[in-house]
Formats: sequence, C-alpha cells, structure tokens
Amino acid sequence: MRIFVCIKQVPDTETRIKLSADAGKIDEAGIKWVINPYDEFAIEEAIKFKEANPSAQVTAITVGPKARVNNALLTAMAMGADDSILIDSTESLDGVQTAKALAAAIQKEGGAHLIYAGKLSIDGSTSAVGPMLAELLKIPHVSVATEITYSGSALTIKREVEGGTMETYKVNTPALIAANKGLNKPRFASLPGIMKAKKKPIKEIPTSDLGVTGANSAVSFSQFELPKERAACKMIAGDAKAQAKELVRLLREEAKVL
Amino acid sequence: MKVLICLDFQDGHLKNSTQELLTVAGASGAEIITVAFGNGADKISDLGDWGIQKHYAGTSGALAKPSPEAYTDAIHKVLASENCDVVLGSSTTVNKDVFPRLAIRMDGAFISDLTELKLAPFAARRPMYAGKCTAAVNIKDGVKKFLLVRPNQLTISNPKKGRAPEVATVDGAATGTELTDVAGGSTKTLDLTEANIIISGGRGLKEADKFKLLYDMAEPLGATVGASRAVVDLGWVPHSMQVGQTGKTVAPSLYIACGISGAIQHIAGMSSSKVIVAINTDEKAPIFQKSTYGIVGDIFEIAPALTEEFKALK
Repeated sequence: MRIFVCIKQVPDTETRIKLSADAGKIDEAGIKWVINPYDEFAIEEAIKFKEANPSAQVTAITVGPKARVNNALLTAMAMGADDSILIDSTESLDGVQTAKALAAAIQKEGGAHLIYAGKLSIDGSTSAVGPMLAELLKIPHVSVATEITYSGSALTIKREVEGGTMETYKVNTPALIAANKGLNKPRFASLPGIMKAKKKPIKEIPTSDLGVTGANSAVSFSQFELPKERAACKMIAGDAKAQAKELVRLLREEAKVL
Repeated sequence: MKVLICLDFQDGHLKNSTQELLTVAGASGAEIITVAFGNGADKISDLGDWGIQKHYAGTSGALAKPSPEAYTDAIHKVLASENCDVVLGSSTTVNKDVFPRLAIRMDGAFISDLTELKLAPFAARRPMYAGKCTAAVNIKDGVKKFLLVRPNQLTISNPKKGRAPEVATVDGAATGTELTDVAGGSTKTLDLTEANIIISGGRGLKEADKFKLLYDMAEPLGATVGASRAVVDLGWVPHSMQVGQTGKTVAPSLYIACGISGAIQHIAGMSSSKVIVAINTDEKAPIFQKSTYGIVGDIFEIAPALTEEFKALK
C-alpha cells in the first residue's frame, strides 16, 4: 500500500512579512521556513496509518527549490515517513501546475492507496492543490478532515463546515484527505528519528520530467501591499462602567459601527 | 461576457455574500446565469431583482443534501450548455472543494478568498500570508476563471425589480463520496467568516467557562464569538472559533478582542477589520498598537458593563 503525504514549506507563523523593492513579491531574506502547520497533521495521520498497517509505505512529496525544501522532507522522514520525492522547482508554479506535477509524480510511482495533504497552506491559502490533485488522479477527496475512522477500504471522515455543522462522509480508497487542525497531535521528530532520516532515500524529479513549467501558470500575483498603518489607538479611561459607556458612544457616534 | 454564479440562500432568500457577487457581475454588464442546490433552490424569492437570465436548480437525488462531488458534476453540466467566461462563488468550505476540481476539469484558472473584484476589465486582490499583506491577482487572458470571493468584502447595490428568470433543472451524481450524517450547527449566529461583529476571547479570560461573558455580550448585538490560538490549544473552545493564521481570517466592521495580547499570527487574521477594540489588563499588550479603541482594565468587570450598554441599544 503506497501512501503519499503532500507537504509544503511556508514562512513560520511568527514571520514579519516584508516586501521586495518592487513590491512584486515578498522579501524572503531571513525567513524561517517550516512545514505548513496543516501538513503536519497530514504527516501524523499517514504515520498512524502505517503503524496500523505495517506493510504501508509512506512517501512525503513536495514541490519547491531543492536547497530549501530538502529540510521539510528530512523532518517528515524524521517523524516517520519512509522516503521522499522532491520535485525540484525554483519557478513560481500556480495551483494547477503544482497539482499536475504532484499527480504526474504519483502516477509514475504507480498511484496511491491514500493521499494526505493539509487543508490549505498558510502562505497563499488558496485551498486549491488537494482537490485539484484528486481531480487529476480521478479519485474522491474529503477536505477539512478532523476525524478519520478506517475500516478496510472504507473511510468515515468527519469535518466541520460553516456555522459549526459537522458533516460525516463515507469514501473508499483510493482517496485524498485534506487535514484540518484537530485531526491528531503531530509528534515531534525524535533524535533517533532524525538520525535515521538522514539515511532515508529522497528521489529528485525535475519539473521538466513531469511536463510542468512555470510558464504554463495561468495565475500569478503582483503589486503586494502591507496593511495600512492605523491611527494611534484611542485609550478610554475611567472605571469599568464609564469605559463601557464611552466605548459604546464612540462606536456609535465616531466609528458608526453600531 | 457570460458569468455563472453559484448562489447561497437561506430561508428562501439570497445570502448577502451572494448579493455581493450579483452586484459585481451586474456592474460588469455581463449576462448572468445562476445555479443553486438543495431543498428550495428552485424557489428563491428574490431572484427577479438581479437581471438573471436563467437559473439552474438542483434539488433532488445527490443534490438534495450537501455533496461537493455532486455539485461539481452539476455545475460541469451547466457549463457544458452555458459557455461562461467566469464562474463566481463565495469562499465557503464546499466551494473550495468544488471550484478547484472544475478548474482542472475545464482547463481553467482558480483563485479563492478575493477581497476586491471587478470583472470588466478584470481586477482582483486578495490577502496573502493570512492577511500579513495583500496582492493583485493576475490571470492569463482567455483562461476560464473560477473565482471565490470572501463574504462581507464587497458592496451590495440596491436590487432592481425585474422579471424572475426562467428556472431549469440540473442533476448531479456522487459516486465516490457519500454524506452519511449532518449534525449540530447554529443558524442563530453567522459564521466567523460572514459575521459583521466579532467578539474574541484569549488567555486573559483565565478559564473556559468565562467565555460565557463573551456570549452574553454578543447576544444583543447578534455578534459571533471567536478566540485566539492560545485558548484553542488549551482546549477551551473548538478550532472552528480560532481567528488567525492557522484559523480563520476575518474582516468584520467591528472586532472586539478581550484578553488577547495580539500575537502576530492572531493580528494577521483580523487586522483588516474596520474597527478594532482591545480590552486588556496589560497596557503594553501589542494588540493596542493595532486597535482603534483601547481599554486597559479587567475584562470581568468591563464585559458585564458592556453587555448592559449593548442591551440598552435595542
């Protein structure tokens, strides 16, 4: 059983975003790159699946510049993935091109029993690649998963949609599951795990072998802007009762939001 | 130009988020086709107000209950008979399942979470890095656009009275996924992503039970209650309430942060709110730097006082 976990490297959530001189992109200098937090739930779920199904082979797969993303794969393997595929690309790929690269690489490996991904990556947050990959591989997907129950080839998946409604879906393998926070508690890589990871294989595939190029990306971003600075905060003095009264007056008369 | 809009409705009426999309499409002068699913999708009462040419409704079979897979199939069928240049929807969980698949199936381009949008000529912006910055979205000419717009971001123009559109039936199948249960959920308050007023709580509330103070405050305003990552990680409230980079990005008219210090990843998720109020015991809390109004004080005293003031507004 071949299990794939799609991961992406993103700037750490503590990152203060700065823009490049021409505001055409963000300034990547000094950024600490981490595995997308939602992808950590995907990795954990794949490893748990392997613990329950020892014959499963868990492969972490990512798209990005080799010099940088290699680390993310090492972390995934230190957590317990068996091996990795690195689709080396220094170009900016849109969601469609990224999904096509992943789909082609997974097909080259003979397809998947299960694919895990994060529900979105916290950089672009488009929520595009998971469903696109499932569509390209002609398999069903369930996104925003917070609970998975396995019973042979049948999976029961719970997810929360708007307004706190819980939906339960039934799906058969092969399938793609996009993980939400709450699905599990991602483990930390242990020291022996980190040592072992260094010996695990990373297969490198150039995007050109997968028929994918940045030139085919239909979606791109430009004219980046930082949020406008706010005027200084107006502090409200007095005791609690006076503060509450004055706040409501300001919200009504000055800000006009009540 | 021809635009297909996926409608969201509640109690027989179009949701505000959908009216925002209809306004954008109307302003472009495009021919407008619409589609909606579920019980009542063929009986939406205010369809006549928007100059819609034709409305497709899928109410039976797999379309009777939420099914991203069946919705994808049904919209694909509509697009086979209606050659649309743009497909528009609100950035909801189900649309984020459906639109990326359609973009692949129809060789189009997909982008979600737009906060600014014009269709003719195309111009759009969206937050990046959960709101730490924004960027213009460019899409190659001639590529079919599958666009999701964040609720509560665009203006709604006054509906014009008109003739109700012709209603056609559409069907859709789900063979790979089956919805077996739908549970819980509140229709009383809006989801965080749709809310006009949000009251959020953080570690300053000291314990999970104290969130009741925020619910009391929210009730007279019809506000939605949110939370910081810290208290979600402590298990006080579910992740669905989390505002921030690993939670929801929100932009209400009024955001009241109670006992939230203002970690960068929380600020990212709410900094584009129109008015921000911070209530915190620590006058040096970073949240005050991002706020319109600030109160240094004890939330356990201020929350009940505010609740009384909000009740008096009614």
